[in-house]
Amino acid sequence: MEQAIKIDTDNQQENSAAIKIEKKITAAIDIKNTTKVYGENTASAMVALDEVSLTINDNEFFTLLGPSGCGKTTLLRLIAGFEQPTKGEIMLFGSHLEGLPPHKRSVNTVFQQYSLFPHMTVAQNIAFGLEMLGKSKGEVNRSVSEVLALVQMEHLAQRKTDQLSGGQQQRVALARALAPHPKVLLLDEPLSALDFKLRKEMQIELKRLQNETGITFIFVTHDQEEALTMSDRIAVLQDGHIMQVGTPHEIYNHPTRRFVADFIGDINILEGELIDKDKTHGKVKLACGIEVEASLPAQSENLNKKVSVAVRPEQLSIGQVNEAGHLTGVISNLIYFGSGSHIDVTFDNGERVTVRQQSNNNGKQDFLINDAVSICFSADSFQILTD
Amino acid sequence: MTDLTVNNQTLSSSVQTQEQRQQKVRRLLLAPSLITILIIGVLPLSVVLVYSFLEPGAFGGVKWNFSTNAYVQLFFEADIFDGSLSFTTAYLEIFWRSISLAVMATLGCVLVGFPTAYFIATQPPERRNIFLFLITIPFWTNLLIRTYAMLLILRDEGVINIGLQNIGIIDQAIPLLYTEFAVSLGLIYSFLPFMVLPIYSSMEKFDFRLLEAGFDLYANRLKVLWRIIIPIAKPGIAAGCILVFIPSLGAYITPEVLGGGKSMMIGNLIYSQFGAARNWPFGAAIALILMAVVLISLMVYMRRTGDKGGLSHG
Repeated sequence: MEQAIKIDTDNQQENSAAIKIEKKITAAIDIKNTTKVYGENTASAMVALDEVSLTINDNEFFTLLGPSGCGKTTLLRLIAGFEQPTKGEIMLFGSHLEGLPPHKRSVNTVFQQYSLFPHMTVAQNIAFGLEMLGKSKGEVNRSVSEVLALVQMEHLAQRKTDQLSGGQQQRVALARALAPHPKVLLLDEPLSALDFKLRKEMQIELKRLQNETGITFIFVTHDQEEALTMSDRIAVLQDGHIMQVGTPHEIYNHPTRRFVADFIGDINILEGELIDKDKTHGKVKLACGIEVEASLPAQSENLNKKVSVAVRPEQLSIGQVNEAGHLTGVISNLIYFGSGSHIDVTFDNGERVTVRQQSNNNGKQDFLINDAVSICFSADSFQILTD
Repeated sequence: MTDLTVNNQTLSSSVQTQEQRQQKVRRLLLAPSLITILIIGVLPLSVVLVYSFLEPGAFGGVKWNFSTNAYVQLFFEADIFDGSLSFTTAYLEIFWRSISLAVMATLGCVLVGFPTAYFIATQPPERRNIFLFLITIPFWTNLLIRTYAMLLILRDEGVINIGLQNIGIIDQAIPLLYTEFAVSLGLIYSFLPFMVLPIYSSMEKFDFRLLEAGFDLYANRLKVLWRIIIPIAKPGIAAGCILVFIPSLGAYITPEVLGGGKSMMIGNLIYSQFGAARNWPFGAAIALILMAVVLISLMVYMRRTGDKGGLSHG
């Protein structure tokens, strides 16, 4: 790994690929066909995770994203050891975690409610894990002050935790979990209790900490914007299934399933017919008239003839009417917000798309409701979805 | 201008009289409880204090002559013939036995009461009340009756001995009754609720998610118990210990019924001085010394724990 980085500075292009390969080899967490059923063999049995397989790489900021009840926290608790999988296995750097209680796993958690020990000072809270690992007193003290400096809380070391603000408690919870240098740090919606401004600050802070410590972070959130901002990769979950795994860029620009497309950001979904396809792209005849090229999802073998295609509002723009090969329609609604406008265009067949149009620089209003317009788009804007 | 100042003065004086009136009302309202405390608290204690410095009457009661004999008697025995004093440990032994039995009872109550309170605190709220209700049921029956029930269980022909004999574990009855074991068991039984309730109240709002945080930070069950649960329950444990230790130290019925002659405690000694022994001043002196022992141990305890735990939280 070290060598790869060294060469990387000499020859960036070639070796960034080498690092990627290297990263794939060292999996921090490997989850194989894992199922978790709560209340098994009872009438109220609930499947929280269903045959989930997932590999999380070393030194990665990985986010589990999904609405509440999708199984993301369950997955975190399985890794931490608070729950045992009903089926399947979880490996931590190649070694099985099966049957290991939480205190024997080199994994630490930052809890949603922080769960700081109320009878201890900040420093004692942070020292707890190190003491339990049997570190010497000098070592404990050194690590505690190191981590306190890392989260910029040195001045509050002797405070009781109930005398801290929410943001400070958050930092202590982070410091406490980082102090024993776990192989993987689990973060269970740690920012959800903070106000907007503090949350933004902590997002940057978390990203910095992950960079500085080199520890693999597994971050759970239901906030899609948070996930896009912070993650190296994201897994989107729904109803105990992983819907898509990818970089924020992939997840945002090439959602492969309807749920992912809907869940993250604003998106237009149009119906059409698949008339031709090669390995990566398909030709779709949209219900509103024209044919477009669209990216195919990874598993495209079982696609029906009838498909849905998705396109982001910012990948569309309004052009003059009657430009060849473009969609044409009538502006049915227009929302202006300074740097741009959201323009709803309705087609002849009643389908409607939203276009995010940049404001032009001549200061005049270009479009009015009921104008007939055509919609321009660049290649690779459309994505075929599976359900 | 002058009108105004006059006005101000009358105003302030009327405010003053109103305040004074309020204070008067307040004192009047407090009076019944103050008088009650005086009659049932201060007055009897003063009598005990005065009696302890008098001479015993021949047939009980006191002779009104000042004497410190009662206190001397606790440590020294007067020779029947020449009246010379020699050191005796007879009464000190009773003190020592009382303290050790009270400590045993307190420890026993912690060992039984803490898990009980913890268990109740882990139950869903509506079920907690049922358990707390069950804890208080023994209070519905007279302590003497309950102690006799213990006697029936512990005696040679009691449930335990007969049961063990029938199973064939023992051939002869084990003498359980009239031992220090019987007394401490009786004390634990009598005062257990005083341990359970304060510990429960300190555990009631315990955030059980802290246990997961402990496990997550490499603590095993035992360490989680020692480092997280017990420190948080400490104010309750301390309050429970005080509430069990004090009445145990002065217990009368339990050692009387279950202890026989060999396991006499301070309470029985005091009783015998006012009864058969007819030495009221000595009884009064022992009672005061018992009080001093309790006060001193409480003060030592409070100083050591500072303002962090103990009574202030219990």
